[in-house]
Amino acid sequence: MTLLEVVLRAVAALAAFLVLPLLVGQAEHKVMAHMQGRLGPMYAGGFHGWAQLVADGVKFVQKEDIVPAAADRWVFRLAPAVALVPYLVALATLPVHPGVAAVEVPGSVLLVLAATSVGALGTLMAGWSSANKYSLIGGLRAAAQLVSYELPVVLAVASVALAGGSLSLAGLVEAWSPWWLLWQLPGAVVFLVAAVAELQRPPFDMPVADAELVMGAWTEYTGLRFAFFLLAEYAGIVVMSLLFTTLWLGGWHGPFSDALGWLWFLLKGFVVSLVVVWVRVAWPRLREDQLQRMAWLWLVPLALGQLLLTGVGVVVGW
Amino acid sequence: MSTEPKDERGRDGGLPGVLKGLATTARTALRPSHTHEYPDVAPTLPPRSRGVIALLEENCTSCMLCARECPDWCIYIDSHKETIPATTEGGRERQRNVLDRFAIDFSLCMYCGICIEVCPFDALFWSPQFEYAEVDIRDLLHEKDRLGEWMATVPPPPALDESAAEPAEVAAVNRPARGTGLVGGAGARPPRTVRPKVVQKDPPEDPS
Repeated sequence: MTLLEVVLRAVAALAAFLVLPLLVGQAEHKVMAHMQGRLGPMYAGGFHGWAQLVADGVKFVQKEDIVPAAADRWVFRLAPAVALVPYLVALATLPVHPGVAAVEVPGSVLLVLAATSVGALGTLMAGWSSANKYSLIGGLRAAAQLVSYELPVVLAVASVALAGGSLSLAGLVEAWSPWWLLWQLPGAVVFLVAAVAELQRPPFDMPVADAELVMGAWTEYTGLRFAFFLLAEYAGIVVMSLLFTTLWLGGWHGPFSDALGWLWFLLKGFVVSLVVVWVRVAWPRLREDQLQRMAWLWLVPLALGQLLLTGVGVVVGW
Repeated sequence: MSTEPKDERGRDGGLPGVLKGLATTARTALRPSHTHEYPDVAPTLPPRSRGVIALLEENCTSCMLCARECPDWCIYIDSHKETIPATTEGGRERQRNVLDRFAIDFSLCMYCGICIEVCPFDALFWSPQFEYAEVDIRDLLHEKDRLGEWMATVPPPPALDESAAEPAEVAAVNRPARGTGLVGGAGARPPRTVRPKVVQKDPPEDPS
């Protein structure tokens, strides 16, 4: 791999990382508005408020960057980066097109799982270092939630890895067949629910529960650092949606996938992220105990059952 | 539809409610939104909207009834009497009121409409125009030229109901003239019907 190719791949991954979350964010603005009988942003950029998030970004840049006097300075400043960068790493490993991914590693499934769990550390750092009780409670809730929901995610992904017989995302997409839609359905549901919980998105937004915790771990953040946390949230939606597409919906599989594979991949991912938005609009927030109950009494057993089913399927040779 | 029995808290199973939430939001998303794009699209106001009070200056006789009936005294009227010389030789000079100032302070006005009800000469009207916000509250005191401009926005009066009685003026015109009946002699007396006065634009010509 030449240096030029490395630079090109890095730039492409970064561009996708900066554009796709904005697309999802804008889609959330508009879809949520219409689901609530509103129009959403209509002015920024002229046509149906398409530049609303750009305007928001400009606004965030102009704001003062405040670090509370009692805060743990370095941890506080580092937290947004810790939240943001792992999703960039995870996004780079996803196979976009037959034989195309920004970063090709043999064990990309493991890399993606590891990276997405690191992203959650940013929230913990922010909550701990802010010297604010709301931030701290938010951080603690986030920690409890991540411990609970990391397990179903890993189990669900393990089931697909077992079915495809590979730890490489590209290999799993190659091995995918429409039969998986039914065979791996329980695992898919578990993953989708646990992914939304991992992203701390409604209805699993107990750590940010704005009615009780102001903004959870992000309470003390202003300006660009706050914007980075928001970007991390939407980048997380992108990564989780695309990962779901890769593992359960066949990634770039589709008509004319030799030429249009990347389009199928992005389209499926976009639809999944719309589901994530839809769920946010439709459902109320779970209470902390309901949240834990759901993880341990429903998702983990379901994921284990899926793993069993997959094991049987692999041995029998479905 | 859920057939599960409701538990002690009145819920009927978790899943149907969850699906119902998704269905409701999806249905709402597919319907037109409720947003009124106000500055871009003018709102459709109900008839008889009370936006602002317009003044038809020609009809005002400075009788002060509106100013006196106003509950919060927000109408200011200044006038003076003017003597009109007699039109005929040896005739009597006449006096009429000339309106110098008619102002409504919309920072005090509570839009009760009593002034409009009480005006005997139909000089005040409701206009649906509402876009006259000001930065300084003192700028809400509007003089008669501004009040007159709003006359253009006054809608025509709503049509009468199908079965409503005729307006008094029309009924008076249509009433059969007295003395044309069978009892009295036909045409014995001139009809005493009240007829609307014919208003002439030009003053009657001087015979001299």
